[in-house]
Amino acid sequence: MKTDDLIEVLVLDASRPRHSLAQRVLGAALLGALVAGILFAIALGVRADIRIAFETWRFAFKFALALICMACAWWACLELARPEVRLKDVAGWIAFGPALLAVAVLCELVAIPPAQWPERTVGNYAGTCLLAIPLLSIVPLVALLIALRAGAPRVPASAGAAAGLLAGCLSAALYATHCPDDSPLFVAVWYALAVTLVTLTGALAGHRILRW
Amino acid sequence: MRAANCGDAEAYRKLLREISPVLRGFARRAPSSYRLSVEDVEDIVQETLLAMHLKRHTWVESKPLLPWIRAMAHNKLVDHLRRSGRGEQLPIDEFSDLLVADVPASIASALDAETAIGKLKGRQRDVVVAISVNGKSAREVAEELRMTEGAVRVVLHRALRSLSKALRSDRP
Repeated sequence: MKTDDLIEVLVLDASRPRHSLAQRVLGAALLGALVAGILFAIALGVRADIRIAFETWRFAFKFALALICMACAWWACLELARPEVRLKDVAGWIAFGPALLAVAVLCELVAIPPAQWPERTVGNYAGTCLLAIPLLSIVPLVALLIALRAGAPRVPASAGAAAGLLAGCLSAALYATHCPDDSPLFVAVWYALAVTLVTLTGALAGHRILRW
Repeated sequence: MRAANCGDAEAYRKLLREISPVLRGFARRAPSSYRLSVEDVEDIVQETLLAMHLKRHTWVESKPLLPWIRAMAHNKLVDHLRRSGRGEQLPIDEFSDLLVADVPASIASALDAETAIGKLKGRQRDVVVAISVNGKSAREVAEELRMTEGAVRVVLHRALRSLSKALRSDRP
């Protein structure tokens, strides 16, 4: 086939793209959040003392951190879906959440005596945290990956990882309102582990299905 | 591109025609150790055009167009080399400049796309062949195949997507 012939075919198919990438990813994120929210409400539910909890800095930080990471992951996800964007272009956004967490961990280490460190770190419901966050992430992750198939990522695994990070943070924000373990030490170990797990899953899946 | 994304066919044709020699120059700049033939280069140009077309919504209007095109071309070049078993990695820095290389369009013809068209099924192949090889308009094809013009366009769009998929999975 001659290139000019191909061009004629492409011109004939030209039409305004129906949805932008941002719209697709937003749609997937909203759908995922809705499903995860319903599952969360059925299986776990918000903790009883949520009103009081919001007045403590530890809980407020935990919840806000999940939302902040979610916003950064959203941005990274959109950027990495474009062919000219490299991982290092969004590294600052991705590192922002962990940096905040590191500061909070330092504050916590100063605020409580060393004798309590292990107890705060292990918490009460580490297992639930490790299980609930990945499970709640499944539907958002699948929806996001499907939406990202419309993208053209330079490195498919990195776009998949960003989708995993977004799905993981979304679930973490939901789970945070159930979980009674509020210490940054707990968050830095168990929440981080759960979200990392989802991110890695996203990277693996992205590597396979986001090629174009 | 902006006009093309708003549905200006003439602007789109002009853009694709002007960009083809740029893509050709880009593919030619692959290290000579890969021994790309004229057909290889044309395959890469066509794959890139197709990818640009199917992924044109990933270009953000406020961003410059050339880096986007370069990234598209790089991806397709690597794809092509990988498929033909000529190595996995390619340093992108070697392609940081774009050189224009022109080939008279009449002799530039590619092989991969034809193989891929051969893999299309039924209607999709009929429509693509009628338009690309026989140079018919959407209306003529519609009359010939007794479809509406809109249906022809839908089939065409699906055919392009299958074409891109076939090109990707085509491993010797």
